[in-house]
Amino acid sequence: MVEANVIYVLVAREFKKFVRDKSRLISTLVRPLIWLFLVGGGMSRLVTPELGMSYMKFIFPGILGMTILFSSIFSSLSIIWDKEFGMMKEILVAPVSRFSVVIGKALSGTLISVIQTVIILMLFPFLGIKMGLLSICYAVAIAVLLSFCISSLGIIIATFYDSFESFSVIMNFIIMPMFFLSGAMYPVNKLPHVLQVITRINPLTYGVDALKHVLLGDSGIVDFPIVTDISVLAVSSLLFVAAAGFLFERKK
Amino acid sequence: MPIIKVENLVKRFNGLTAVNDISFEVDKGTIFGFLGPNGAGKTTTINILCTLLSPTSGNASIAGHDCKTESSDVRRSIGIVFQDTTLDKDLTAYENLMFHSYLYNVKRSEMKERIHDVLHFIGMYERKNDLVKKFSGGMKRRLEVARGMLHRPGVLFLDEPTLGLDPQTRANLWEFIVELPQKHNVTVFMTTHYMEEAEVCDRIAIIDNGRLIAVDTPDDLKKTLGGDVIYIKSSDNKKARSEIEKMFGLEVSEKDGELFMTCSMGDSCIPEIIRSISDVQSVRLQRPTLNDVFLKMTGKDIREEEMSEGDVFKETIRSHRRRFG
Repeated sequence: MVEANVIYVLVAREFKKFVRDKSRLISTLVRPLIWLFLVGGGMSRLVTPELGMSYMKFIFPGILGMTILFSSIFSSLSIIWDKEFGMMKEILVAPVSRFSVVIGKALSGTLISVIQTVIILMLFPFLGIKMGLLSICYAVAIAVLLSFCISSLGIIIATFYDSFESFSVIMNFIIMPMFFLSGAMYPVNKLPHVLQVITRINPLTYGVDALKHVLLGDSGIVDFPIVTDISVLAVSSLLFVAAAGFLFERKK
Repeated sequence: MPIIKVENLVKRFNGLTAVNDISFEVDKGTIFGFLGPNGAGKTTTINILCTLLSPTSGNASIAGHDCKTESSDVRRSIGIVFQDTTLDKDLTAYENLMFHSYLYNVKRSEMKERIHDVLHFIGMYERKNDLVKKFSGGMKRRLEVARGMLHRPGVLFLDEPTLGLDPQTRANLWEFIVELPQKHNVTVFMTTHYMEEAEVCDRIAIIDNGRLIAVDTPDDLKKTLGGDVIYIKSSDNKKARSEIEKMFGLEVSEKDGELFMTCSMGDSCIPEIIRSISDVQSVRLQRPTLNDVFLKMTGKDIREEEMSEGDVFKETIRSHRRRFG
């Protein structure tokens, strides 16, 4: 059973805190900018010829993917913070279904992530990318789907941890590999075969690929048809959210 | 009429028995105290009652709803104030109460009025738009009690409600808690390891090592000690001692130059004793405390709360967040 009041209030809480915390907003926007202009800008001088476009332009969809990855996962990992500092108990003793809590948390992560992504997306004219209103809408729709998928994955991760002590483990073994093995920074087909297999089970790969379709067009750098990207994201979102709901329901 | 029923409740964690076959009932509209040292099983019992844990065996029910199988109904009929604060420090007092109202599906039309009512009740209406992280420990605890009452539960659980508060704040909070049953028609179930605080309870259960040792009113528990202790000092203790023993048939002992004896009706005993012995220098009467009861029943003193390493860490982080958050 999914209760609208629970979902509403969880999303409203997260949104209110997000708007209130200016330093969080700024720091989450600075990360993609550093990658885009400092890493991308520097690398442009080395790798431009092979891609047929500037490296900065090439990684722009990947940077949007990164924004979504970090902001969705961190938003879900706030569950660990809530568990450690008690707020989660208030939610768990309320007469609400665990599944509503999971959906509410996943949608909070989605909302915050999409807001940040849209802000970064608006940089497209500076990178020589042409987008009409329709393609902006497509890009936002993909951002919503990918954010929901990653947020649900984040909730699954959060159910396994009760404290932030393991944060660096999550960072180094899950988040960073997901980012680098997604085709965000370099074409997937340039990777060694073993790593290519990993990119295929990484949902972020499909999100970044879909964004490449919309932002860069069919310039020969996409890996899958867009239908595949969207289907994989949709199916994995459903699987993740169901798994998160199941894991959340467990009682000791 | 009992509103909480617990029968043969057992909870084991990996071979460790936290709650060992306890049974008790709590009557509607009363204050019930769960008394015991740390690690006795108080919080585990509360967690089972409020459906956060499932029992290994045994039954528990609240307002006729089984805690295992009807958890939604149980959750609707209870309010809880946990040992550690569960407020969102980055939201205001009002927003925390609003959050709670939505979670408990309070009618949209009543929400505002109810929130204003509880804020007035705890005397924090003027602070409603302040962030919780700016509040003192006592204010937070009051706000949590208010939040627990917001959805008008039948039972309010208070787990160590005064832990970490200064004596004056503790006293204020108690004045406020003892009014709850009459003013809000709620049954209060509380745990504490401060013996003097348990005196306000209508009934007390003493728990140690997961076992229930006694359930009774504070007065009846104290009566099991045999009465008050009278201390007398006279210029000739030896003579006085033999006189008292002869005339009243009481067992008298001597400690630090004072004679002392246990007597069921201390107040009326004193005049008679004074009249019968000569040259009394000082007399004092000591009423038994719940601590004495606990001491007698378990053979040990209830210890002061010691912070575990994890708690120290959390406390540090919290104060850090208060300062920089």
